[in-house]
Amino acid sequence: MIHEFKKIWKSYAIGLLWLMGIIWPLVGIHADGTLSFANAFTLWLYIAAASFVCLLLYVMNQSGSLKPVTTPLSAARSRVAATAGIVPTWFWILLALVLTGIFPVFTSRYAQDVAINVLIYICLGLGLNVVVGLAGMLDLGYIAFYGVGAYTYALLNIHFGMSFWLCLPIAAALAMIAGCLIGYPTLRMRGDYLAIVTLGFGEIVRLILNNWMSLTNGPNGILGVKPPSIIIPTFDGGFGFELFVLKKLHFLYYIALALAVVTIIAVRHLNYSRIGRAWESIREDETAAELMGVNTFLLKLLAYGMGALFAGLAGAFFCARMRFVSPESFTFLESAMVLSMVVLGGMGSIPGIILGAAALIVLPEVFREFELYRMLAFGMAMVVMMLFRPAGLIPAKRMGSRSEEREG
Amino acid sequence: MEYFIQQLINGLTLGGLYALIALGYTMVYGVIQLINFAHGEFFAAGGYVGVIVLNYFAGRGLMDSNPWLCLAASLALTMAYCAFLAMAVEKVAYKPLRHQSRLAVLLSALGMSIFLQNALMLTQGVFDKPYPGEKFSGGLVFGDIRISVLQMMIVGLTILLLVGLNLLVFKTRIGMAMRATAQDKIMTSLVAISSNRIISLTFAIGSGLAAAAGIMVGLYYGSVRYDMGFVPGIKAFAAAVLGGIGNITGAMLGGLIIGMVEIFGAGYISGQYKDVFAFIILIAVLYFKPTGIMGENVDDTRV
Repeated sequence: MIHEFKKIWKSYAIGLLWLMGIIWPLVGIHADGTLSFANAFTLWLYIAAASFVCLLLYVMNQSGSLKPVTTPLSAARSRVAATAGIVPTWFWILLALVLTGIFPVFTSRYAQDVAINVLIYICLGLGLNVVVGLAGMLDLGYIAFYGVGAYTYALLNIHFGMSFWLCLPIAAALAMIAGCLIGYPTLRMRGDYLAIVTLGFGEIVRLILNNWMSLTNGPNGILGVKPPSIIIPTFDGGFGFELFVLKKLHFLYYIALALAVVTIIAVRHLNYSRIGRAWESIREDETAAELMGVNTFLLKLLAYGMGALFAGLAGAFFCARMRFVSPESFTFLESAMVLSMVVLGGMGSIPGIILGAAALIVLPEVFREFELYRMLAFGMAMVVMMLFRPAGLIPAKRMGSRSEEREG
Repeated sequence: MEYFIQQLINGLTLGGLYALIALGYTMVYGVIQLINFAHGEFFAAGGYVGVIVLNYFAGRGLMDSNPWLCLAASLALTMAYCAFLAMAVEKVAYKPLRHQSRLAVLLSALGMSIFLQNALMLTQGVFDKPYPGEKFSGGLVFGDIRISVLQMMIVGLTILLLVGLNLLVFKTRIGMAMRATAQDKIMTSLVAISSNRIISLTFAIGSGLAAAAGIMVGLYYGSVRYDMGFVPGIKAFAAAVLGGIGNITGAMLGGLIIGMVEIFGAGYISGQYKDVFAFIILIAVLYFKPTGIMGENVDDTRV
């Protein structure tokens, strides 16, 4: 262990000195022309201590000093995995459905609120997964389609009084059209260029929402959108129908759950269909896929359209639940958030994305006291995740690497 | 006509600033084919360190006696600081990922950008930080046309830095090593040039230029904000793409064009949509001529 540590202590020390040099000017020089060291030094000490503990654990793991702990742990994990493997998959799915079904009965309003958020982001993540995970096209403007869906419902409801259920397919269809419109000019691009162009499109959509005062009411947003309602039969005074407005949170929870389940089923079917295979072949090697007779043009456009469709559904629901939309909800940061859910969970893997969405929504709620540091930790987590587990928490089973990336 | 010339001058100023930021993008992309999303954050950090250092000088009363010297000193300090910051970021977030997929590096850059932005916010607060720029007011007036001292300084400094960079890249051995690394990393390391060191240096120079732009934006607009790096960063990237990514002259030209388009678009079409113009140019260029104005024909896989 000492030997292992010898190899890195020097670079570690240099790194810490470097860190001191970086934080001190931002923390230690004050606007009134005075210098102070105490704050910067305390901050530096905290970081140094934390990183030292991490480093120590890492070195111990590398040198095998942690064997007495890690060996039984990994043995236990494989045993649990083996036991879980005996139980058929349908049982787990049924269990998950039952658990999510009875969730609102036992939980508070706050927990339901968080759960609805998770479900919305599951829809978004799975939709983005079609574009990024399956078809391999990096999309940084995905949240624009979410915005299209949300604004579709808001405008149709406010101006024409159309109901949520009627607007849902319209929102999905409009988002899909928007997806194809944005997808069409970007089909010739790949990789980084595609990422930056979709980012540009996302920003354009946001700027339009922000500035088209007559239609979208600009930065003030649209207030007073009606929540979803259903028609239920009544029996008092003869048989009839009554419009029942779903204002209660647990009704909304069930709608979100239904949307998420539909999305999961749809994405799963897409994944294991001919189209899904074709997308995966495009992701692995576009040129080869084209040579094998895959219509890459149509399929890439379809990937955009399908991804946008789920975002449109989620958007319409988001609007119905908040009863308010404004361009604030559709910034680049949201796109980055959804993208990191997909990548954190594991691209192309449905359970991975569900886990990713749950982790990125629930964890910040748990650490509510550290609200300020939320995005700081989020950014760092993204970097660390890429460094140590670039394939995600639950990597997809069928995943290769692109031929042109292997050379570099 | 006066309005046109005035807008031309404003466009030139803004274009110079974009060009300075775009150079960092284009150099980094040229050497390791990475869109350094955190580059805009170096620009914002430059603005902040600049205001901190200038305020420090102002607190000691040095700004009153010789403001230009203070500005020069703060420029030098800030550029050095951002160069160190960029080297540290490169070491932590990009270097270990050099053989990973492009997506991994891009996401790491994105994470770093969010991290740096929030670090700035937490250390310096969420509010605008005013710049002590009253020493640099005044300027030339020709009828209705005004050229402020700051505008002259920005254009002058931009030209100075660009010329310096061109000399560095095309006339020195370091520049030669940089160009060699951009062409072929493996061959370059075979002839005893440490490609890691060259990449590090590229990051340092690019972010130093962005830091200079940060100070000047702070002086020009009077304040800095923790999230000011994102939009100019994207526009500067658009400039780099427009000029042909990896091409230094192209980045300057692209920066000027983006600045001009933005100012004229805002002046003659609509001020609210001024950000849209840069994005539309970006998309149009990538669609019709992905290699940009000055770019060579890059390999199809890169596009």
